[in-house]
Amino acid sequence: MRPDSEDDLSAMIRAASGPVSITGGATRLRPGEGQGARIDMRGLSGITLYEPEALTLVVRAGTLLTDLQAALAAENQMLAFEPDPREGSTIGGVAAANASGPRRVSAGACRDAMLGIRMVTGEGEIIRNGGRVMKNVTGYDLVKLAAGSRGTLGAITELALKTAPVPPVRATLQLSGLDDAGAIAAMTTALTSPFDVTGAGRLTDGTVILRLEGLAGSVEYRAERLRAALGGRAGIDTAEGDEDFAALRDDAALGEGALWRIVLRPSQAGAVLAQLPGAHVVDWGGALIRAAAPAGWRPDLPPGARAVCERGAPVTLPETDPMVARLNAGIRAGFDPRGVLQGAA
Amino acid sequence: MEMPAPNAAIIARRDAIAARLSDAVADKAAVITDPAETLAYECDALSAYRCAPLAVVLPSTTEEVSAVLRICNESGVPVVPRGAGTSLAGGSMPTADAVVIGLSRMTQVLETSTEDRLIRVQTGRTNLSVTGAVEGQGFFYAPDPSSQLACAIGGNIAMNSGGAHCLKYGVTTNNLLGATVVLMDGSIVELGGPMGEGADLDLLGVICGSEGQLGIVTEATLRILPSPEGARPVLIAFDSAETAGACVAAIIRSGILPVAIEYMDRPCIAATEDFCGAGYPDCEALLIVEVEGSEPEIDEQLRLIREIAQGFDPLEFRESGSAEESRRIWLGRKSAFGAMGVISDYMCLDGTIPVSQLPHVLNRIGELTAQAGLRVANVFHAGDGNMHPLILYDANAPGDLERCEDLGAEILRLCVEVGGCLTGEHGVGVEKRELMTDQYAPADLEAQMRVKDVFDPQWLLNPAKVFPLAESASRREARGQDAA
Repeated sequence: MRPDSEDDLSAMIRAASGPVSITGGATRLRPGEGQGARIDMRGLSGITLYEPEALTLVVRAGTLLTDLQAALAAENQMLAFEPDPREGSTIGGVAAANASGPRRVSAGACRDAMLGIRMVTGEGEIIRNGGRVMKNVTGYDLVKLAAGSRGTLGAITELALKTAPVPPVRATLQLSGLDDAGAIAAMTTALTSPFDVTGAGRLTDGTVILRLEGLAGSVEYRAERLRAALGGRAGIDTAEGDEDFAALRDDAALGEGALWRIVLRPSQAGAVLAQLPGAHVVDWGGALIRAAAPAGWRPDLPPGARAVCERGAPVTLPETDPMVARLNAGIRAGFDPRGVLQGAA
Repeated sequence: MEMPAPNAAIIARRDAIAARLSDAVADKAAVITDPAETLAYECDALSAYRCAPLAVVLPSTTEEVSAVLRICNESGVPVVPRGAGTSLAGGSMPTADAVVIGLSRMTQVLETSTEDRLIRVQTGRTNLSVTGAVEGQGFFYAPDPSSQLACAIGGNIAMNSGGAHCLKYGVTTNNLLGATVVLMDGSIVELGGPMGEGADLDLLGVICGSEGQLGIVTEATLRILPSPEGARPVLIAFDSAETAGACVAAIIRSGILPVAIEYMDRPCIAATEDFCGAGYPDCEALLIVEVEGSEPEIDEQLRLIREIAQGFDPLEFRESGSAEESRRIWLGRKSAFGAMGVISDYMCLDGTIPVSQLPHVLNRIGELTAQAGLRVANVFHAGDGNMHPLILYDANAPGDLERCEDLGAEILRLCVEVGGCLTGEHGVGVEKRELMTDQYAPADLEAQMRVKDVFDPQWLLNPAKVFPLAESASRREARGQDAA
């Protein structure tokens, strides 16, 4: 089913008697998602408002991420949270998955850039929350609740996003030959410095990469200062492209098998890195690890850390606290009392 | 301000309830019922509306908050959470049948980790003292509401507070990683996690900004950032609001991200000059733009801002060359609210608009104010469109306050009309409750109220705030019957 208007979508959801999955390009489905009848959101597309001078944009959810990114690039702007551009991915799917790339460590996640939404609930009700201004505390923030809800509260039909200027100049500092502890320490040095580092990670080949962006003189100054803070060991690459960070963000080097996503404190990263059975990348300065693993492997998590198997058998660790699970279930029942939305980003 | 009738049965049981509450806290002095002592809790910073609460409890731990809430929940007693009481929208105004739970004794720093770039605090701690706890290590906590010397982190979370620097650093929700929340039934839950990511739905995201109606946040994990090497402001004066507004848009459009862009109009400048003599130029509108970084970075950004500003033919472009000059540039802006208070009673609005609508809205506010026979001064955060028109009136002149309130409502509706919202940082509270239907349709409000149903099924937490009384009546009445 492919609605071409909000009303159409509302009628489809009202009429649904069994499970329904809301999908855009269906590029971010996790194991177990995408069950039942598919509602393909790609008929609801297009940018409805763009004010570059206010750093805001309103876009329909079925718009291809690549189309949105092209429109932003034409105005020398971008999505600060740097979502990975999978073939066919839609902005609604990005929002429903709260997909956020390396710049999350400095600029926040997708949910932080989401200012407002329109959504059709599991009852077919059309609702609106938030707005298109950066500061808004009028009522409850259901926008955050919808971000990352993976289509289980409703179908996001339109969203207002905060945009960001594309920094004119970029430099990447590269360090190789560091062990786990040395790599985390280098990233921590960078992110606890005043030099405004906008990305810090480690590639599958072990290279630690640190990104500085901004005005030319300023980037040059900060790169030199940061290199000094790292003991003068880093190489500085001022190439135009951002391939290093694209490699960090995209999972190309992690193979086709099971893929774990582990979020933790940087100070806990060492304990998890020591357990990993294969290829992996470290992002967000040590707060995110993505690791390939054989089927059946599970990480032994430090307190407070979270892990989800994004490809392979569906596992989420640790188990949700029963009281929190009750709240989640209650909210889902409030938005989707008949339980028709199975969730699919 | 219309409030629901208090539950007489609860008021009649005051002594018994207070006795049970005393059993729930280690220090018996933490339960206050003496009317002389509860006086301080009758209102928040919106002091026009006040009401003596049933009792006040000042717990010291999350467990005590839990025990107090369990008792109130069992007895059907409404609860009003309170941070430092600086809310400007009546967000912590009590009702006569409600127990105020004040966080003022819960001020501890529980953990600091610069390596993980976070601090965990009890939420009665003041905003500025969070930065105080980490600045020695070269860090700061970014959200900076104007009341930051006094306001509590718990209140900041309830209202999702912002401040002058949020253009670059975001508001509370963008800097909150985790929270210990006590639900109305006394259960204690941990929300959020590393990078703010929790289990399943983003419950932390909906708690933040829920005005204390979903739970009481007793501990918070906050993101801290390394302090910039330096910061420097410029003052730019213009002969019209339109030019100032256009210059703001051009600066943002250029890709420079200042940490603050503040706006003041002529009436406001005149009042602050009389008050503190900051030496501001004679102009219709002025901007204060602050940038951060190292000295070379600051120079580079200011050079670009100067180039942009010159395209708008400013009356003056005054760049700070020293700490003393920076202080003087900020002096008038920081004194603005106090200065206006000296010349007149005023009501401070808090609507937010798309930045592109700034000139139109400023003109329209001028027209509406003249029609109402009142005066207005404007001072606000221009970078993010959060306006604070100050409507001047005479509290002693009969009918003036009512005219002022009517005009305020009309201006807020104007903000919604042009694509903005009713409140950018103060919250809805009791003040803007009845205007919610101007911004949201019934289904939009129903969706929000269903979230409250899940967290607080009896609707006991922070009653009569946020939702229009008519819209929430059926839910509140169901609760009243339970309590009777």
